[in-house]
Amino acid sequence: MINLELPDYLDNLKTQMKGFAEGLLRPISRKYDEAEHVYPVELDVLRGMKVMGRPKKKEGEEKPKKDVERKNGANLSQAVTVEAICWGDVGLMLSIPGAGLGNAAIAAVATDEQMERFGDKWAAMAITEPASGSDAGSIQTTAVLDGDEWVLNGEKIFVTCADRCDAVVVWANVDPTAGKAGIKSFIVEKGTPGFTLEKLEHKLGIRASDTGTFVLKDCRIPKENILGSAEVKKSTEGFKGVMKTFDNTRPMVAAMSNGVASAALEFLKDKVEAQDIKLDYHENTNNVSATQKEYYLMEANLEAMKLLTYKASWMADEKIFNNVEASMSKAKAGKAGTLITQKVCELLGPMGFSREHLAEKWMRDSKILDIFEGTGQIQHLIVARNILKLSRNQLK
Amino acid sequence: MFDLSLSKEQKMVKDSFSKLVKDLVADNAHDMDEAGEIPVSAVQKAWELGCSVSGVPEEYGGYGMEDSPILSSLVLEELAYGDMAYAVAVTAPSLFIVPVNDMGTDAQKKSLLPNACTDDYNVFTMAMCEPHFGFDPVSLKTTAAKKNGSYVLNGAKCFVPCASRSEKMLVAANLDGENNLFVVEKGAAGLSVGEKEKNLGLYSLETNTVTLENCTVPAEARIGGDKGVDYDRVLARARIAMASMAAGMCRCSLDIVKQYALDREQFGEPIAYRQSIAFMIAEMAYETDAIRLLAWQAASRLEAGKSAKREAYLAKLYAGEMAMKICDYGVQILGGHGYIREMNVERLYRNARSISCLEALSMV
Ligand SMILES: Cc1cc2nc3c(=O)[nH]c(=O)nc-3n(C[C@H](O)[C@H](O)[C@H](O)COP(=O)(O)OP(=O)(O)OC[C@H]3O[C@@H](n4cnc5c(N)ncnc54)[C@H](O)[C@@H]3O)c2cc1C
Ligand SMILES: Cc1cc2nc3c(=O)[nH]c(=O)nc-3n(C[C@H](O)[C@H](O)[C@H](O)COP(=O)(O)OP(=O)(O)OC[C@H]3O[C@@H](n4cnc5c(N)ncnc54)[C@H](O)[C@@H]3O)c2cc1C
Repeated sequence: MINLELPDYLDNLKTQMKGFAEGLLRPISRKYDEAEHVYPVELDVLRGMKVMGRPKKKEGEEKPKKDVERKNGANLSQAVTVEAICWGDVGLMLSIPGAGLGNAAIAAVATDEQMERFGDKWAAMAITEPASGSDAGSIQTTAVLDGDEWVLNGEKIFVTCADRCDAVVVWANVDPTAGKAGIKSFIVEKGTPGFTLEKLEHKLGIRASDTGTFVLKDCRIPKENILGSAEVKKSTEGFKGVMKTFDNTRPMVAAMSNGVASAALEFLKDKVEAQDIKLDYHENTNNVSATQKEYYLMEANLEAMKLLTYKASWMADEKIFNNVEASMSKAKAGKAGTLITQKVCELLGPMGFSREHLAEKWMRDSKILDIFEGTGQIQHLIVARNILKLSRNQLK
Repeated sequence: MFDLSLSKEQKMVKDSFSKLVKDLVADNAHDMDEAGEIPVSAVQKAWELGCSVSGVPEEYGGYGMEDSPILSSLVLEELAYGDMAYAVAVTAPSLFIVPVNDMGTDAQKKSLLPNACTDDYNVFTMAMCEPHFGFDPVSLKTTAAKKNGSYVLNGAKCFVPCASRSEKMLVAANLDGENNLFVVEKGAAGLSVGEKEKNLGLYSLETNTVTLENCTVPAEARIGGDKGVDYDRVLARARIAMASMAAGMCRCSLDIVKQYALDREQFGEPIAYRQSIAFMIAEMAYETDAIRLLAWQAASRLEAGKSAKREAYLAKLYAGEMAMKICDYGVQILGGHGYIREMNVERLYRNARSISCLEALSMV
């Protein structure tokens, strides 16, 4: 039965996570924005917190129960958690030890033996290359089996947690003649000869998060470090399978955007109300000040962002195919979050341009959320192809 | 729990309205718009599905089901998917029935509901909008003054759905700083109903101006008695209705352009193959979803017995902005053909403006 109210326990989780974000993240938010590339030691206490990981499906998991007893699942809890933590600081959330994107990938497909070896490691994810960004299927990094080892060659850029992680999930092609079907992912541990962190980027925002370039030069890893099967199928099903993990992570990036936007809006609201200007959802928006109207429009957008995110997450929990909705949530949240944080700075005037306050930082931080895990344009492509039933050759 | 799946009952009701709209409205919406009229039989058929009366207790002529804003939201989306004018005409009586059933005194329910909840569709309505710049439903210029145990109403109203045929209407008026609803009967002294208004859209819906000149109504005419009504709740229910209808219109525009963009070839291929068209369609899809979710969110709060003031306010604001944008895309994607009235996107474009301009055209 339709009900869009979050259950009490999720509301409580949100409050709890927000409290944690306020106590632990906000106080160091500016510090690590200024100290780019310095590891936030304060986050050590959070090692292993599963914000981006996916809980492994338990054997013999029960079927969802009937209405009253049914509870919302892990994806929705995660959306709520991520939103609350990113209300605190998205750059710091991306720096929580052990909560890398690579961890999500490992959790999704690792064998028990791999889980044993890598489950506790902080794993980054390396897909992007200098010549392959949105077009992830065109990566040039290769992996060649030589005896009991894979030999990897290539360059990976923009790897989140590059410096701090223990291992990296690297995408490489085992059979370039097979195109996308040859793309597999490999776990490469730090310290492996031929695996070098070449540089760290200086960025617009999320400066608390380290982003780096790896060069793989005749880098040898054990044969067992491949995630999933080594077999190259004729079809691109395998590649589509890898891309499917994005159906779970994209709503989480949307949730990050919801968190940052809500931080900015809340800050604005405090300042507006301190001037005795009411924001009480009462008057016709044509009769209020420009600031009030803009505020209401932004809050309505934030609600839309959140609801689209919750929808995609809820579908994942209910095991309903959510490819389109995952992209919808990210398309909307990525763009609207960027616009909200920009507008909040505009409305704050001088306060919005000052590093005395966090608003300018949120404007810088939120921009990445319309870029990584698939840019806004790529999300629109996915949505449009799906609803128009067009192939990637028809709609490029 | 947070749940987006429809219950059996919700699905059944939604499907029956969807079918009705497909059979009676979808292909006729343009003709009705041009004729400026909706066939009585089409309205009667929808009325018989009972959406306005289902939440009214059986003793007053209803079905005695739970009053469900969510169910009404589903119904309004389906009706407006066919045509918004039709949706408003069919549900105009809800503007009267819902507040009376929800907030009236027992005596008011007893005396007012049975006449409205009949097997045949009878027109009942509400007068809220006012014809002046800066109209705001929370600061009404129409006034009510207590005099010798009666109330004297003065003011001007506009966009009152079906007022000329209405047996009774609720008039929103300010009584000593508080917004209230008063029952005014057809032909009451001091009440005059104007000609059919000429509007930007909703051609087939009759709306009228209503003037109240020292229109005197008895004490019993004040809904809720001395307590009055929870006016925020009245507004919330009307605003969720607007957002729900917006979702229906947007979905209709989206469905039209999806097909058109695949069929229409220019430069040797379907225009859908162009990102500038495809991305508009993607945006129409998720914004339509967003409007619906905002309406459902507000309705969920009402359903749980909570205030939906904030959620309904934001839902209508968002729906007003986005419906216009979506229906604009709808016309744009059809190019010159979208500008021609036979193409339904044109009507949707005009009708979409009503969401932000008007208040109280229906109720959930
Ligand atoms: C801070 C940061 C952290 C990151 N973390 C990681 C990470 O951990 N792991 C990882 O693998 N990658 C990571 N990335 C990389 C990120 O995923 C890519 O930057 C992103 O996918 C876009 O690729 P690109 O930068 O090469 O842009 P390009 O693909 O070159 O795109 C440039 C522009 O063209 C548009 N465009 C591209 N193709 C199309 C098309 N078909 N139609 C319409 N428009 C198109 C894009 O939307 C964009 O606006 C990170 C990036 C940043 C900045
Ligand atoms: C009131 C009115 C008066 C007119 N007067 C005249 C007149 O006097 N003389 C005359 O000759 N014509 C006239 N026209 C026709 C008008 O110029 C065309 O309607 C207009 O050029 C668009 O063509 P179309 O309607 O066939 O749309 P289409 O060409 O079918 O376009 C449909 C949609 O696809 C988009 N599209 C098309 N190709 C591409 C592409 N390659 N990339 C991205 N998007 C694309 C368009 O922008 C549009 O959004 C008139 C039209 C109207 C409505």
